[in-house]
Amino acid sequence: MSKGEIVLGCLAPHPPHLVYAENPPQNEAFSEGGWETLRWGYAKLARKLKTIDYDAIVIFTPHWQTYIGTHFLGLPEFKSKSVDPVFPNLFRYNYDLKVDVELAEAMHEETAKSGIITKMMRNPDFRVDYGTITSCHLLNPSWDKPIVTISSNRNSHYYSNEVMIEQAKALGEACMRAIEKSGKKVVLVSSHSLSHRHFVTEAPLPEDMSREHIYNHSQYVWDMKIIDMFRNGQMQEVVDIMPEYTEQTIAETEAGGLIWMMAAMGVPSYPAEIYGYQSVIGTGNCIACWDPNNETRELVL
Amino acid sequence: MSEDSQILFGLYVPPHPQPLLSPDANPGYANLRAAFDTCRKRIEESDADIILVYSTTWPSVVGHQIQALKESIWTHVDDDFHYLGSMPYNFHIDTDFAYEYCSAAEKRGLHARTVEYEGFPIDTGSVVALSLLNPDNRIPACIVSSNMYANRSETIVLGKAANDALISQGKKAVIVVVSSLSNRMFTEHIDPSEDRIHSSKDNEWNEKILEFFADGRLEDLSQLSREIHGQIRVQKVVAYKPAWWLAASMGQHNNYEGEVLAYEALHGSGGAVIQLTPSSGSFGDKEFDEDDVEYYQGDRNVLNKGND
Ligand SMILES: [Fe+2]
Repeated sequence: MSKGEIVLGCLAPHPPHLVYAENPPQNEAFSEGGWETLRWGYAKLARKLKTIDYDAIVIFTPHWQTYIGTHFLGLPEFKSKSVDPVFPNLFRYNYDLKVDVELAEAMHEETAKSGIITKMMRNPDFRVDYGTITSCHLLNPSWDKPIVTISSNRNSHYYSNEVMIEQAKALGEACMRAIEKSGKKVVLVSSHSLSHRHFVTEAPLPEDMSREHIYNHSQYVWDMKIIDMFRNGQMQEVVDIMPEYTEQTIAETEAGGLIWMMAAMGVPSYPAEIYGYQSVIGTGNCIACWDPNNETRELVL
Repeated sequence: MSEDSQILFGLYVPPHPQPLLSPDANPGYANLRAAFDTCRKRIEESDADIILVYSTTWPSVVGHQIQALKESIWTHVDDDFHYLGSMPYNFHIDTDFAYEYCSAAEKRGLHARTVEYEGFPIDTGSVVALSLLNPDNRIPACIVSSNMYANRSETIVLGKAANDALISQGKKAVIVVVSSLSNRMFTEHIDPSEDRIHSSKDNEWNEKILEFFADGRLEDLSQLSREIHGQIRVQKVVAYKPAWWLAASMGQHNNYEGEVLAYEALHGSGGAVIQLTPSSGSFGDKEFDEDDVEYYQGDRNVLNKGND
């Protein structure tokens, strides 16, 4: 068996607004569109994914929040309806997805070996979180690849952003070892926005783009700083600045997804591909990917 | 019950699923379960028209959300404690009250909305509380969220709006706050027989809070909320809000009969079942420096002031 590898790492924000705006048959709500900059960026990245040979998507989500360790989805199928607790008016999505349980168990074992508290989730009634569903739908609308969802352990609440970073690094490195041993080709997904201060009121028509803008200029400037570092391949610097960035912009990076993905990918020093940046109900969202293959890596935007 | 309150009594209960799913795993869980059962009987014996729940495990972002789906049916599974089992539920919601509460909140300047969707994920705390306190849907219920960014004035006004809605519909209520005391859990899996409060500091604060509750000093607790938040709450949200909501809905005073029915550890956090019944005798004669607020004006924007 040849060594497994990570063939792509994606930063894939999950505002349910983006699925709502697409009007896929799985979603009950109806929209007139909206947030095209992000949706078109996602469509382009989804086309790239179609050209890549891979076996599974492994996604780290802020919306399966666990306080007692890191949990992995551990049953082969999940079929139910996901209703967003914050935006139930926008997102009521009927999902039917497959899990690569073998890979989940391998990552679970490798992670436990490195001293992290872990748990397999084997309750068939469990509802898969809307972060997983939104990011995976937008990256792979045909749902033809199995996934593994990893919960986000909220170390930043219990300890500090610094502790969260250390644990997310260890988790990423353990996942990478498990992937290598598995012989599989894997796409990693870190599912989150950048700056994350929301407006606490909503326009009568949520997709009214005349009402959409970043929550404040400071969030925008910080987001641009981070994206510049993505572009320049300065991911070690991004890791270093993360506690400050997360605190200043209430960023959704607080869950640890980006650090996890960067650690698993050996902290890339090559440029990221940028697919778009736009605000959703005031939050800052960037779609980006890290392609380890020099031949296929492009300057997208 | 005083003239301007429709609330028969208030309950403070923990959100964790152990009293519902694994009450026999530890004598403490069984004790909490027995306290829930006692409260269930008391609700049955009261002439309450509605149970109104404020749950700290239902965070909202866009204003305040109020559950309005008449038949709320699903099977819930907790994010952390999924291995303890599933929680099927079928709750009868008082839709008319939900609308009234929403409009009362809007009249007081709050952004509020009802949610009325099949499959809406009712949170663990609300599922545990309603399953144990009202298992046969003997009376209808309603649930209100806890906004992540809301602070004191917004929460006080939300509590007052609950009472406005009860008065305007002439409904007698039992109100339920779902919240831990200290909320730091162990970050590893434990043998339930070895459960205990995470630290002696958390335990001492919990004991102090329970003394206040037992003395019926609800307004004093409301005034202490910021201190409690700093001392024994993991900083997931901006403030410890349950005492603000409970005190504001029940009348902002210290005239209650307090009873602590149980206090036990739930995976390290402090879980208590407490009843507060309005009475005539007041405890103490303190003055408070936190301002009262009737109408929510929004956050004060000080960033662009003073530099013209
Ligand atoms: Fe999110």
